[in-house]
Amino acid sequence: MKNWGFNISKPRVIDWDTRDTSEYAKIIEKVPSAQRCLMCGACAATCSASNHIDFNFRNCHLKYRRGQFEGLADELDKCMLCGKCKLVCPRGVNTRAIIYNMRIFLNDLNYKNIEQ
Amino acid sequence: MNNKHVIIIGGGPAGIEAAYYLANNGIRITVFEKDEYPGGNVKNWAKLFPDFGDASVVRKQITEKLKHDNIKFLNNTKIENLAWENNNWIATSGSEKYIADVTLLATGFEVFDAKRKEELGYGIYDNVITSVDFEDMYKTGKILTKEGKIPERIAFLNCVGSRDEKVGNHYCSRVCCITAVKQAIEFKELVPDAHAYCFYMDMRMAGQFYEELYRKSQEKYGVNYIRGRISEAAVTIDNRIQIKAEDTLSALPMKMTVDILVLMVGIESSESTTKICTDNNIVGPYGFAKSKSLFGMDNFSEKPGLFLAGTCKRPLTLPETIADGRSAAVEIMNYLKS
Repeated sequence: MKNWGFNISKPRVIDWDTRDTSEYAKIIEKVPSAQRCLMCGACAATCSASNHIDFNFRNCHLKYRRGQFEGLADELDKCMLCGKCKLVCPRGVNTRAIIYNMRIFLNDLNYKNIEQ
Repeated sequence: MNNKHVIIIGGGPAGIEAAYYLANNGIRITVFEKDEYPGGNVKNWAKLFPDFGDASVVRKQITEKLKHDNIKFLNNTKIENLAWENNNWIATSGSEKYIADVTLLATGFEVFDAKRKEELGYGIYDNVITSVDFEDMYKTGKILTKEGKIPERIAFLNCVGSRDEKVGNHYCSRVCCITAVKQAIEFKELVPDAHAYCFYMDMRMAGQFYEELYRKSQEKYGVNYIRGRISEAAVTIDNRIQIKAEDTLSALPMKMTVDILVLMVGIESSESTTKICTDNNIVGPYGFAKSKSLFGMDNFSEKPGLFLAGTCKRPLTLPETIADGRSAAVEIMNYLKS
């Protein structure tokens, strides 16, 4: 077909009817405190990595919640697991454990290869 | 003070509490209630936040106080007019006239008419209900769709009729956030496997134990909170509700199909409040009654002998309303003594 310079773009909408919620349920099972997260961003504000490179833990956590796994594994590799985020969380969320478990589950899901 | 007569317009928590304390001090009281039963808006609720107290028990405690020799309770009596004539307050209901030394306005609030937010589909789609409808349904012990199905998904939308310039209400109704948390928990207790979503602009957990309840709803009941206002609701072929919102934390649009959409309707000034306040020139913003001063003179209006109590002034929680009724009673007694 002739290339008109247009193509069908992927919808940006988060569709909760087709979204898989079971993956985040696994995180909650491992790290129950994850449910308490208010998305205040204190973790991202204090993060040593975020201050120097394009990395945002709060956003990674939210993406996982919403079932948007593309590119997430690479993002999470930027974390040094220093645990500073855990110290500032006002809701006592075990942020470090969330990252650790997200990495494991994403590895299982083989999401790392999707972007490549 | 025994020859003094005080009329109280409104037989809700504020009016009754004030009546009870005034009556205990030997003052003759007449309480007017436009409905058949006393108790005001409390009768719309099944359980009360933040401790899930039984609203019917609380209502009974309140209405029991009307059983006092000094209190005359007139139900089905709507005061259409209130005026200051010949050093007396004259309240008119139909052809009846009532004369008093002091009037206490306790005309309360009305919930926002959700039909005014047409894009949310209330009154158009069967499965869009208000928080008051939810309470009614909860009294039956079941939350079901119009088709009688147990919902798998329910969504609560905060700030319907509050914080919304489009309906002319800039203010926060204060009680809806915590009511959404309460109702989401009640729903999850009835249907533990279902999903509850709460759409909010801000979660305003300002009262004692509210924040704890919010936290518990996430931790124990897994209620999902999504920051974003539902912009529109539409019906699907199987009579479910499709909602659109922005997930503002992800900065992405989202859509979701739910079995029931609950609109958390706000508090508006009641018709009687606005009418009486306008007639007596004490009307404040949004048709609420205007008190003389927030600090110290909150039960006074600009008119001598016309006092204010409860939600006729602004949105208040039930404990605040009861306390305000009591405080109005003290002010009235001081006024009558002087």
